[in-house]
Amino acid sequence: MKSLKSLAVLGLAAVSSVSSMTATAADDLTIYSYRQAFLVEPILEQFTQDTGIKVNVVFAKDGIAERIAREGRLSPADVVLTSDFSRLMELVDKKLVVDVNSDTLSSNIPEQYRSPNNDWYALTMRVRNVYSSKDRLGKLDINYEDLASAEYKGKICTRSFKHPYNIALVASMIAHHGEAETKTWLEGVKANLARKPQGNDRAQVRAVKEGLCDIALGNSYYFGKMLVDPKQKSWADASEINFPNQDNRGSHINVSGMALAKFAPNKDNAIKLMEFLSSDVAQKSYAEVNMEYPVKANVAPSEMVASWGDFKADSLPIYKLAENHQAAVKLLDEVKFDL
Amino acid sequence: MILGLTRGWSFAGYAIAVILILPLFALLVQATLPDEAVFSHLMDTVLPTYISNSLLLMLKVCLGSLVIAVPAAWLVARCNFPARRYFQWALLLPLAMPAYIVAYVYTDMLDYAGPVQGFLRQFFGWTSPQDYYFPDIRSLTGASIMLSLVLFPYIYLLARTAFMEQSSSLLHASRIMGCSPWKSFWRLGLPMARPALAVGMALVAMETAADFATVSYFAVPTLTTAVYDTWLGYGSLSAAAKLSAIMLLVIFAMVGFERFARRKQELYQKQAKLTESDRYQLKGLKAWLSFAYCSILILLAFLVPFIVLTGYAIDYFDESWNSRFWQYSFNSLYIAVVVSFICVILALILMFVRRVSPRKADVLPSRLSSTGYAIPGTVLAIGVLVPLTYLDFAINDVYDYFGARGPGLLFTGSVIALIFAFCVRFVAISIGSIENSYKRISPSLDMASITMGQKPTRLLWRVHLPLLRKGIFAGALLVFIESMKELPAALLLRPIGFENLATHVFQFVSDEQLEHGALAAIVIVLVGLIPLIYLNRSLEQES
Repeated sequence: MKSLKSLAVLGLAAVSSVSSMTATAADDLTIYSYRQAFLVEPILEQFTQDTGIKVNVVFAKDGIAERIAREGRLSPADVVLTSDFSRLMELVDKKLVVDVNSDTLSSNIPEQYRSPNNDWYALTMRVRNVYSSKDRLGKLDINYEDLASAEYKGKICTRSFKHPYNIALVASMIAHHGEAETKTWLEGVKANLARKPQGNDRAQVRAVKEGLCDIALGNSYYFGKMLVDPKQKSWADASEINFPNQDNRGSHINVSGMALAKFAPNKDNAIKLMEFLSSDVAQKSYAEVNMEYPVKANVAPSEMVASWGDFKADSLPIYKLAENHQAAVKLLDEVKFDL
Repeated sequence: MILGLTRGWSFAGYAIAVILILPLFALLVQATLPDEAVFSHLMDTVLPTYISNSLLLMLKVCLGSLVIAVPAAWLVARCNFPARRYFQWALLLPLAMPAYIVAYVYTDMLDYAGPVQGFLRQFFGWTSPQDYYFPDIRSLTGASIMLSLVLFPYIYLLARTAFMEQSSSLLHASRIMGCSPWKSFWRLGLPMARPALAVGMALVAMETAADFATVSYFAVPTLTTAVYDTWLGYGSLSAAAKLSAIMLLVIFAMVGFERFARRKQELYQKQAKLTESDRYQLKGLKAWLSFAYCSILILLAFLVPFIVLTGYAIDYFDESWNSRFWQYSFNSLYIAVVVSFICVILALILMFVRRVSPRKADVLPSRLSSTGYAIPGTVLAIGVLVPLTYLDFAINDVYDYFGARGPGLLFTGSVIALIFAFCVRFVAISIGSIENSYKRISPSLDMASITMGQKPTRLLWRVHLPLLRKGIFAGALLVFIESMKELPAALLLRPIGFENLATHVFQFVSDEQLEHGALAAIVIVLVGLIPLIYLNRSLEQES
């Protein structure tokens, strides 16, 4: 039995050594981030330099809300950074965040871009643009509603409509037109697709260049990202970036944002970080690195972003999208948009 | 059999089994909880498509793998043609290639924008997709082809062994009775290999059901992706658990089928084996066609993706060769080593109890412990989280009760959850491997050792372990490689800030930028080759 015991001890030692692998110091901030590392890290480094507060970041594409819900009061998360609005709302819906009452935040972030109860704040915004083929369609004066019209049959490319960016767009359609009309619209758009939804936003613009389709849905910052990537520049060059619904309500806006986790172990430091992210320096850098629009009014977008021209943004308060989020997801299943 | 085996051993066996099937049990309990009508909504809308996609995919991959693998196995086992010896092992290479990488490489190549269609357009002067028809690779059929390309070796391996083990006297008899080689394949070879083929197909079907990355990349929703979406999209663990239960039902039906097929198979294995001179000598066109068939198979399923990966890895070497790459490699390695170590220990205890115990009930633990292999990673992740979360809270509650600060998320916040899930999924492999080795140790050795007054522990340590060495090593190796490759469970269970090679590569694949993850992908493939070489060598030694 002795040898068996020593084996067991060896095994136990192996297991216990792993739990220490991911431990962090007690007063460090822990951030759960849907936003990518290249975007977040430089700003957080700046924050650590300025304040001496260390920051650990967890990057994930999916499931952060699920994770925090499961972790409950034992969760190490302090601040959550999301790449879009529906992720913010998911956190609110599941009651995983708490309100932050800070004068700095309320003066830095306009009312339209924060929660009425202060339980989330937007950081950057982007437009859900319609890209069109330079050769075949040219610059368009287009509404989202037009995407369902017979004129574009077999010409539209998009990523999965179950992607948060598209869900938010559908939610805004519901907010403006109601569920029944939105369903008809979705059926129309589906009938106009050049291919089954697939790939990411960039892949759609590439498909326009290749001639697979003439119209693609995509976020504004992808245009900038493709322009600076030597391999992808030709994709962007082959398309026009159009801001939809300029003659009426304005283009649909989505935001990235932040919220304070409900059981944040280091609330004070977490709020310091949130305030830092709303400051001029961080806003400028945050928006510029990803070519988005800063939410803080006096901070200008990057030169390249500005060069795409002024546009009218939908004035629908962002939180209105939340009310229609679940309905949007269900509509998409009903019309089997992706299938 | 040791009449005096202490109850302690039986207890250990049962304790291991209970821990290992705990996730399955937790999952079933979770499936009975209410889910705010998410499941019924899914039932009304997309679920029928998910189910039919899953079944169709399994069917197509099984048929595809069968059609690819059987001729290859027959040629290699029963015929002689140029380079046959090399093909014998080279046809196993695709097993080392994760399916989603193959899928990525071919999508890039066969897409509208890819070189193949580009060439066709240029050659024929077509200008738009309306000018010609080209099959869409990102489809259910496309996914079936990709999965068949990497999964066919399972059937090939089993069929090859079956063909090789078919009795030479039967073969001679068929020749004397005037059967042509072709006839002897249809009337003798194939029917006798049927049980082996059934086992192979069940394995392929299980692997197909567990695939997450390929179907998700191809936007072909199946039950596996549905579990993921329902859990993370609708945020309903219960609805996801219900979906998982449906999936388990399908899979256990297949496992039952496989067991049934294997029971029949044993009848055939005790006859005179084939010798070198029994092989058909293929000449001329036939020989070259056979050569071409096997070469094309290896080219498509292994060499092309591997060469493309290598190209990417060279182009993006400077960006990929950094401390992160080393960290992720270390993480993968670390997890794989720990998991294979634990799996081997557990398997040893389970199999030892089963071998020497006089109690009939002691067969059960090893059987129960093997069920985990059939559970896809996505599903297993739910099953693992439920009890571990419960445990985490219970521990912290105890600390709270005594007014102390608890340790936090001891299990779910660390790699323990990940390791646990991997052990549940892969312990079956080490059990199988050790079971096979045990079969070759004569029970008289046990008797002799007991007669000489050895205690059970000494029997295990001094007699069995040395004789089991090969089986233990093979088992550990196979678990090691599976742990390196396993993706869905790792995606869902990795703790804060933890990435391994598989999750790292998949992030890039899902961003359609495999180039940046190519170096990591190559490491996964190369590590996967090691057990294949070993496996093949031990097979060759046997024959």
